[in-house]
Amino acid sequence: MQFFFEVLIAGLLSGVMYSLVALGYVLIYKASGVFNFAQGAMVFFAALTAVGLHDLGLSLWVAVPLTMAVMVVLGLVTERIVLRPLVAQPEITLFMATIGLSFFIEGLAQAIWGANVRGLDLGIDDVPLEWLLDHANMAISQFDLIAAAIAAAMVAALAIFFSKTKIGRALRAVADDHQAALSVGIPLHHVWGVVWAVAGFVALVSGLLWGARNGVQFSLTFLALKALPVLILGGFTSVPGAIVGGLIIGASEKLAEVFLGPYVGGGIDGWFPYVLALLFLLVRPEGLFGEKIIRRI
Amino acid sequence: MTAQTASNTVPAPAAAKAYLSVNNVEVIYDHVILVLKGVSLDVPEGKIVALLGANGAGKSTTLKAISTLLHGERGEITKGSVEFRGERVDRLTPNELVKRGMVQVMEGRHCFGHLTVEENLLTGAYTRDIPRGELKASLELVYHYFPRLKMRRSAQAGYTSGGEQQMTAIGRALMAKPAMILLDEPSMGLAPQIVEEIFEIVHDLNVREKVSFLLAEQNTMVALRYADLGYILENGRVVMEGEARELSANEDVKEFYLGLSTSGRKSFRDVKHYRRRKRWLA
Repeated sequence: MQFFFEVLIAGLLSGVMYSLVALGYVLIYKASGVFNFAQGAMVFFAALTAVGLHDLGLSLWVAVPLTMAVMVVLGLVTERIVLRPLVAQPEITLFMATIGLSFFIEGLAQAIWGANVRGLDLGIDDVPLEWLLDHANMAISQFDLIAAAIAAAMVAALAIFFSKTKIGRALRAVADDHQAALSVGIPLHHVWGVVWAVAGFVALVSGLLWGARNGVQFSLTFLALKALPVLILGGFTSVPGAIVGGLIIGASEKLAEVFLGPYVGGGIDGWFPYVLALLFLLVRPEGLFGEKIIRRI
Repeated sequence: MTAQTASNTVPAPAAAKAYLSVNNVEVIYDHVILVLKGVSLDVPEGKIVALLGANGAGKSTTLKAISTLLHGERGEITKGSVEFRGERVDRLTPNELVKRGMVQVMEGRHCFGHLTVEENLLTGAYTRDIPRGELKASLELVYHYFPRLKMRRSAQAGYTSGGEQQMTAIGRALMAKPAMILLDEPSMGLAPQIVEEIFEIVHDLNVREKVSFLLAEQNTMVALRYADLGYILENGRVVMEGEARELSANEDVKEFYLGLSTSGRKSFRDVKHYRRRKRWLA
């Protein structure tokens, strides 16, 4: 039983990391209806830039804020030169544009920083927390706990941002109806710029955490794919949904791997989340917390 | 403190100076489709002006040309100008226009479905940088005119009735403290009783809040009853204009738009012929 909980908690904590990646998608999708395929590339770009600057001799305290600035600029530029000319185009066009964008950003990152795997040390040790080991005899990684705390703080901040602030409300308004938002004087480009900048920030945080855990390398871009089942489960438009979805995916893939894996030869954590998402799609296509499709009859 | 002095120096919302003039505006969609063929109209300060006409006459396009929402729909003004309070406004963005006191309530209401009614209203004040207290006061003002919205304030707008959505849309525009509201087809899809209720409120807003209105309507009868002046559009041109009272007394208007006629029923062929001749004379 103790082992079960150990696996469960480890799963939940890694789920939080998925949630972080999924958050970036939710932000942009919520505000502009664009599924930003380039989010994974942005995570990669952010992590690589931070590490690259760090390797140049800057301390993390300088490198991270600098990367933050770079990500904000990248977000604003993307909005300006990729999305703005495509206003009022079909969603599929915008989606294709973000696919192109993701290749561009991946290429740009590697052109600037090279394609080598780099290590990132945030100064948080990935060791079991001693207190828990002593008292409950459970091995829970300290790193995972801190990462989860950071993610939780970010989610709380975003939730407040969306529901309580003027710009947050404007974001949701724009997501609902561009034309109407324009008609009440909300400047779309301004709002979209903010969203892309915030998404850049989220990409940086998840890039740092994932980079510290797995090393900063090209495979970070595949996080994008790991976020998909999270989004399907939680709903594309919900910040809390991204969190709960991440937790479910994280926990279930670890539990499945440990307890079901042995029967089928192991390695099921790679595909289990997708099967789960697929089953979920049949039952609740808008996701657990996704906005219900409102239709008046 | 600052809010107080501001409200002292500007007693009524700058509505008193509202004046809109549209001069010979031509609008082309998608570079080829000529929709407005030189429309001119004036809205005097503090008046309600009705823009009448059949489907596809160009009413909505005229309003969108004024509010500069055309750009989002691949339309553009190719000739003419729009002036609001003595300033040329047809090259402004909707944001700048709202700041200058002109808001459009779009056809089909366009509420933000997933936001609550109150959140919808609050988005209307986006362009105003005002302290929380003043925002509350604006909100209360809207609830004063639309008591129904106060009851439904925490409902998601998407789930409210058509009438409540129309009220939300007008209330949202009101939150910008406009001098002028462009109201597109407020009666669309609503029960006659609700239409009456909404026009009563429009009238109240006009009298008490000094908001000028330019409203596009297919419901000629109701619109002329509440408006001061009227313009009739046909095929992208103004074919008739005048005092609302004169227009509703005009034989042609009665015949074509109110479905009233003194000379009994006519065969459709006669009507068509008569109408065609009249149109060119007008």
